[in-house]
Amino acid sequence: MSSADIYREIILDYYRNPRNYGKIQNPDIAQRDSNPLCGDELEMHLNIKDDKVADVKFTGKGCAISQASASMLTELILGKDFDYVKKLNKEDILDNLGLHDLGPARIKCALLSLKVLKSGLYSYLVDKLHDTASADKIKEESSGLY
Amino acid sequence: MQTSFINIENIRNDFPILKRKVHKVKPLVYLDNAATTQKPIQVIEAISNYYLNYNSNIHRAVHELAEEATLAYEMTRDKIAKFINVKKREEIVFVRGTTEAINLVAYAWGRQNIQKDDIIVTTEYEHHSNIVPWQLLAKEKGAKLEYIGVDDNGELILDHLDTYLKTGKVKIVTFSQMSNVLGTITDSEEIIKRSKAHGARVLVDGAQSVPHLKVDLEKLGCDFFAFSAHKMLGPTGVGVLWAKKELLQEMVPFNGGGDMIREVHKYETTWNDLPYKFEAGTPNIADVIGFGAALDYLDKIGMDKVREHEMELTKYALDKLEQMKGIVLYGPKDVTKRGGVISFNLGDIHPHDLATIIDEDGIAIRSGHHCAQVLMERLDVSATSRASFYIYNTKEEVDVFIKSLNRAKELFKL
Ligand SMILES: Cc1ncc(COP(=O)(O)O)c(C=O)c1O
Repeated sequence: MSSADIYREIILDYYRNPRNYGKIQNPDIAQRDSNPLCGDELEMHLNIKDDKVADVKFTGKGCAISQASASMLTELILGKDFDYVKKLNKEDILDNLGLHDLGPARIKCALLSLKVLKSGLYSYLVDKLHDTASADKIKEESSGLY
Repeated sequence: MQTSFINIENIRNDFPILKRKVHKVKPLVYLDNAATTQKPIQVIEAISNYYLNYNSNIHRAVHELAEEATLAYEMTRDKIAKFINVKKREEIVFVRGTTEAINLVAYAWGRQNIQKDDIIVTTEYEHHSNIVPWQLLAKEKGAKLEYIGVDDNGELILDHLDTYLKTGKVKIVTFSQMSNVLGTITDSEEIIKRSKAHGARVLVDGAQSVPHLKVDLEKLGCDFFAFSAHKMLGPTGVGVLWAKKELLQEMVPFNGGGDMIREVHKYETTWNDLPYKFEAGTPNIADVIGFGAALDYLDKIGMDKVREHEMELTKYALDKLEQMKGIVLYGPKDVTKRGGVISFNLGDIHPHDLATIIDEDGIAIRSGHHCAQVLMERLDVSATSRASFYIYNTKEEVDVFIKSLNRAKELFKL
């Protein structure tokens, strides 16, 4: 995929003006991760109400792909229920970004946000809901993301 | 085009990889030499010649193949001694690379000589390989790790060193002779002089200096010196630890096994002579022999010429980069104070995005923290882009690079 196709207007816009950037005071879910290869960092905060994403924010440092991906993901899940979030996969994220043929090094940048979201959800399911069955499934899924 | 110092066309012809295309049609512009350099055909042939014609284990067998292999392996040791001006060949220990050399010192010398509350001094512009082994040692012993800071020009603040030395607790000072991010050439002789005056040992990381500058260990006067073959035309998996003989004699072995012993009994072993005491097991014979060919190659050009060529290229590149709007350049401006390593950031383009874009034009640069996260913190950035030169790079390649940076700016609407 050529860089003219990657760095489209919309990606640059989300990179420079990220939606839902920031932190939530006392969030129900707070999850942080980084990509050891390039040092991209991402932290996501979520509030949950009636099994729905009532609020979501992120902070981070990194390339346009990783930051735009995180910002777009927050928009995608805001107001959605758990089932929706649980089912989100790699293709959904790439579809949402309009990025398909990223090389192996850069695909990690695009998927860091989903990895953070899924690991956060996993902890929440285990700690707060004691739902280990679906938690295990998510854990397995997120470890397969990279 | 050739700079006035070396015949680039001839040199480029010796590097088969420089003829390949990337992304199908783009000529390769390889500017990631601080990470590893390309290999000339002479090195590649030396390695394959060993495997084709005299492959055998060294040192113990008496047959002809083993004798030839041993001779070739040991000849590299002599070439190294000459290359860095060392009188005693037994002071040269083959290791896997700079990282292993530093770990060897931290383990085999450090564990015997560093006690609780002692101070180990390093610098803010070290590669992780010259920080982490000392952190491990300091934790184990309850010693302290202190840092010489970096000023806004990218040079070390030697006053910090004096402050630590005055405590009388500094046992070792360890630093890179050239920063792999800023390109800064360290005032090594001054640091060594001050450290010695306070009885501290000195380790010099020569991973970036030996490939690009004339290094004279006799003159330098440090205690330990480390470098890697792969950053100077040689193969991966070979490096050198040089240390003063009396230190190597006092040190305990790092690895135990074959080759490093004199006599082994059930409960006692006596060590082999230097340097074999530190070369346990079958070494990387083929690549040591390949490294010998790399040293021959650099010797033939002459390190003075290598340095002059890189200074000219660096000046050419810096002059063009400085004019670019939105660029931030790190490290000294004066090319006599720096090597051919240029770290920068361009507007708000993240280095990974920049590297992706210019890779499309066939240009290989590095982006990220360059294994120097302590320095990244000091510069207050999470990453930089880094272009680094070697003997085969040309001014035309710098032009291609600059043009590609401009394309990146356009894509990012800067
Ligand atoms: C200054 C410096 N020190 C140490 C190293 C580590 O060298 P190696 O990976 O060959 O052990 C490098 C290379 O990346 C370096 O640039």
